[in-house]
Amino acid sequence: MPDATQVMFFLSAALILVSAVLVVTVRNLIHAALWLIATLFGVAMLYVLLEAGFLAVVQVVVYIGAIAIMFIFAVMLTRRDLLSQSPQTNANWPVALGVSALALVGIAYIVRGFVFSLERTPAPLTGDTLQMLGEALTSPSLFVLPFEVASVLLLAALIGSVYLAWNKK
Amino acid sequence: MIPLSWYLYLSAVLFAIGLYGVLARKNAIAILLGIELMLNAANINLVAFWRYGDPALMAGQVFAIIVFAVAAAEVAVGLSLVISIYRSRKTVVADELDLMKW
Amino acid sequence: MSFWNFWTDPIGVADAWLRGLFAGWGMPEFWVSLLVSLIGIVVLVVFALVLDIMLVWVERKVVARFQGRLGPNRVGPFGLFQPFPDIVKLIIKEDITPAGADKVVFNMAPVISAMSVIILWAIFPLAARVYGTDLNVGVLYLIAAGAFGTLSVIMAGWSSNNKYALLGAFRSVATMISFEIPLVVTLLIPVVITGSMSLKAISEAQINSVPFFLVAPLAFLIFLISAIAELGRSPFDLNEGESEIVSGFHIEYSGMKFGWFYAGELLHSYTVGGLMGILFFGGWGWFGLEKVLPWLDTPFFGAISVLGKALIGYWIIMWIKYTVPRIRIDHMLAFNWKFLTPLSFALLMVMAVVHSLLKEQALWIYVPAMFLSNILVGWVTLEILRNNARQQRDAVKTPEPVAQH
Repeated sequence: MPDATQVMFFLSAALILVSAVLVVTVRNLIHAALWLIATLFGVAMLYVLLEAGFLAVVQVVVYIGAIAIMFIFAVMLTRRDLLSQSPQTNANWPVALGVSALALVGIAYIVRGFVFSLERTPAPLTGDTLQMLGEALTSPSLFVLPFEVASVLLLAALIGSVYLAWNKK
Repeated sequence: MIPLSWYLYLSAVLFAIGLYGVLARKNAIAILLGIELMLNAANINLVAFWRYGDPALMAGQVFAIIVFAVAAAEVAVGLSLVISIYRSRKTVVADELDLMKW
Repeated sequence: MSFWNFWTDPIGVADAWLRGLFAGWGMPEFWVSLLVSLIGIVVLVVFALVLDIMLVWVERKVVARFQGRLGPNRVGPFGLFQPFPDIVKLIIKEDITPAGADKVVFNMAPVISAMSVIILWAIFPLAARVYGTDLNVGVLYLIAAGAFGTLSVIMAGWSSNNKYALLGAFRSVATMISFEIPLVVTLLIPVVITGSMSLKAISEAQINSVPFFLVAPLAFLIFLISAIAELGRSPFDLNEGESEIVSGFHIEYSGMKFGWFYAGELLHSYTVGGLMGILFFGGWGWFGLEKVLPWLDTPFFGAISVLGKALIGYWIIMWIKYTVPRIRIDHMLAFNWKFLTPLSFALLMVMAVVHSLLKEQALWIYVPAMFLSNILVGWVTLEILRNNARQQRDAVKTPEPVAQH
């Protein structure tokens, strides 16, 4: 009888994998974006299991609340009505299937041969991880520089995407 | 108790599914969806290693947050490129965008 | 299990009793925990939905009084049982899905809209020991629940196969994601003052010192405006303006599906009123009275305090809705991006600086200093606006007389 965390893991993994397969196979792109939302929610459930609560909530806010909605908007703005009749996969799809299966086998082989002790139980969390995360992101001896560079990156993306999508009439 | 290998296998399968989506789909937006799946797979890996390695070392979570920011920026710019291309060429099928200059 | 134990710690006593009951029946530990959690969830959801039923009556009576009429007064004393005929009417209506609509998405949209409100009640603290759960990222969880509301709007608008629905959905989502920014930034101000994102910790910090509307009144005002825009209520309801785009994204919804959208919106307004009470008006405290009268410190009166503050907040939201005319979409977005967002960022920076300078001082220095810094930011903003208006007025000089001598 698996214990509670294992049951939750199987549920999240089932949600993630089923939704991911549907994302890459469904013909209607809006449905693909909605299945992506289901996948992202499954990943958020996984983060809660890994006791990274802040990341789980940020995943919902950033991915589901912003990125998925951007996808839906983009699909709505670039729709051609004939698109749903033609096949969604291009002519190389058997090769693509082979390549991704090969990638999967390769990664699984590396994971199996990993020297790091993979079966060990996680150490109990000490201290307030939320506070430690805040200190890590803003302390000069830790990660304040990547944090600031990420904000400059977001500013560049903001300006760039507004300029690119601007209607120049 | 959930061994670390389960998380790694899960993220490997998710990565492979995303890779298939990128390589096999025609629509440019569908390719971006596959890229999102791959980024999420990498994030699962990062957070799992943070938890099972040394939770006091916050680098795993910080890395995952930076990946969030990078993914958001990339999707924003990618989608605005797609919209801009659609405006002039009226298509978003990746196979039909095969001219360097038109 | 004495009555006094139950009176001061109802959830703990009920939890212990149920666990003892189920363990006495021989259930394994895993199922006992699961069953007790499920019972707690069901009780909380039922409580929220029963409140929702009463809110329908409150809404209709209050709008009637604002418009100078009586409102429902036939069914029961003062029309109190009016929501029940409303519900029956909505349930027995024919369940129409328009032709060409995407059936699954069309039917999921009201469910997700109602879900995004009910999940807020999981972190809503009603008293010191009466709450669903105490997340240490509670404030971010509020934003995440709002993200699901935005999703349901776009699902409803797109799947209706209707131009007006799509237009309303686009406007609605543009408004909601724009006003999320001042909302998040003003939500950060109580977080900065308290040092924690948990709603329970914010309430307790206010009970131990002063309610935060004395410390950050401008933040409360900006939060009120952004929250009303997030809810999609007037004056920001161009998304579902009945007179303009014929109820926007829920134009194709009738019967109980429309009922879920409507009831979800009312419950969302009430929950936002409650959040204003928890974040800015002291949570389950009675403004210091509970230290003088210790019988006010019990969960029952704490819950009455929170629910009463929620009702007052809801009344203020309704007051604004039924008084102020609708704002046009480009004015709405310009107001957000050119006024509210810079103002909220400036306010956050000023508050954070003053707080970190003065947080060790006594309360009678700290509170007036923060209050005055708020007034200062508001005054500077008004001066800038006045300058702008004067420049615009001077640019349009008095027109020359048409007939030249």
